Amino acid sequence: MSSARLQIPPRILQGDVFKVRLLVNHPMDSGFLRDIDGVIIQRNVIRHLVCTLNGREVFRVEPTTGVAANPLFEFYLRATESGDMLFRWVDDKAYIGELRHTLVVEAANVSKPDSN
Amino acid sequence: MRFAVCRTLLFGLWAISALALTSHAQQRLIPLEKLQSGLHYSGAEVQSLQTDEFANPGNIALDSGIKSWAKPDGKANKSCQSCHGELVKMKGVSIRYPAIDKATGKLFNLEDRIRNCRVKNQKAAEWAFESDELVAMTLAVTSTSRGMPLQAQIDGAAKRHFENGQRLFMTRQGQMNLACTNCHDQHYGQKLFTDPLSQGQANGYPLYRIDWQRVASLERRLRFCYTGVKAEIPPWGHGDMRDISLYLAWRGQGLLVEAPAVRK
Amino acid sequence: MRSRLLSRRQSILNIVQTSLAASLGSFWLGSAKAQVDKLTITGLSEARLRTFEEMVRPYVQNQELKKERVTLSLPMLADNGHMVPLSLKIDSPMTEASHITHVYLISQRNPVPLMAKFVMGPWSGRADLSTRVRLSGNQSVIALARRSDGSFIYDTQEVVVTEAACVDNG
Repeated sequence: MSSARLQIPPRILQGDVFKVRLLVNHPMDSGFLRDIDGVIIQRNVIRHLVCTLNGREVFRVEPTTGVAANPLFEFYLRATESGDMLFRWVDDKAYIGELRHTLVVEAANVSKPDSN
Repeated sequence: MRFAVCRTLLFGLWAISALALTSHAQQRLIPLEKLQSGLHYSGAEVQSLQTDEFANPGNIALDSGIKSWAKPDGKANKSCQSCHGELVKMKGVSIRYPAIDKATGKLFNLEDRIRNCRVKNQKAAEWAFESDELVAMTLAVTSTSRGMPLQAQIDGAAKRHFENGQRLFMTRQGQMNLACTNCHDQHYGQKLFTDPLSQGQANGYPLYRIDWQRVASLERRLRFCYTGVKAEIPPWGHGDMRDISLYLAWRGQGLLVEAPAVRK
Repeated sequence: MRSRLLSRRQSILNIVQTSLAASLGSFWLGSAKAQVDKLTITGLSEARLRTFEEMVRPYVQNQELKKERVTLSLPMLADNGHMVPLSLKIDSPMTEASHITHVYLISQRNPVPLMAKFVMGPWSGRADLSTRVRLSGNQSVIALARRSDGSFIYDTQEVVVTEAACVDNG
């Protein structure tokens, strides 16, 4: 079962501020709706979603019932180092979702041509 | 001599009426050049959600279906891929449905075919109607036909199903005493409360319906239409729903498959 | 002569019949009420609009609050309250000295006022964000950002929602 989709630019250079797009598979049941038989669908929303890079937290969102189902989060990161990007989220049922990505940050071309 | 003239005249009358009857059976209330996908009647947000290749809300189910295609299951321990090959090979398959199943003689929609295949060939447990797995797989298979035009086989064994579907589409029903045609042929483009009425085309199904916060099949949508006119909803798997689906495929002939489509 | 008064047996039968009819009747009414209950909204005892003060006070408290540097974008007319695209741009250098630490998305009418809380820092590079929210009826939305110096900035936008997100739609 697919848990999430991640989109980041194909090439990231050192110092770039790049956009991260994450689409998470989650019903985000608010607990306010009833099913076809009139029974309340129990609340089950993502409590928090954290993105770490090499173990350091670089993004956190704490959504509530006010965020749409199959939530989309778009945010920015400054590219300083390559490493392990880990997205981890926990919901009301204590289910843990995870997505890993190896972030590759290329060294920016800093060499300048000789003026001579 | 007079008798011969009368006979010719009578024959002529019969021929004309027969022709008229058959052409009525094929008469399009919305001519082909006026056909519009439901996307045309959707607001800007819905349109941008559909065209967002990454963040289309139907993508979750689509990814799930694509994964499912390659996953072995059932006593036969086969995946869909084991017999059918790569998913892309399914291009053109969804637009052949609804179609007559040779084994049972029944009109099958794509969901029926998938459910049937699972039990018969994978020897796996049946997927319930509108279950996550069935909806995801139907979407995955349909997505390979993205951009292809709708078409319908309405002759031979399918003819009576087409005619029944057409009859149902034109028949008033429910407490509100409305036929599909009253809204979708006669008043498309006009507002029902705050929503513009679409032509009720099927080229986007299965699609992500924002109101239901998940991907839904054409059958679910048709059953909900029945709710809308306060008619008794037929049970899942009912032949009438498939007959209407076949009629819709003919009615929307030429409209391009959108997958995953998004509607409100 | 036959007594006109009801025999004891007859009156007992009458009582049984009446009470049976009454209980069946109330059962019928009860199930009718249950039908109505199925249609009512749960948890939305207050459909009133919150004041601006009520919306921001829990976060801002006594800190400085200015309507600047934040640009909130929502459709003016939302197709469907279940999924409303929201994006915001915040003008901030995002340096160690001056950056955004938190962003709060607050609803005026939803059963739960806070829709989401975001945490960021200088590592973010930019404080811009996008997500998709649920809106229950016509209302204002506030995007409130906390700066590293403890002060707050915000933007607000009104949205007309043709279909509320929290009401069951079958």
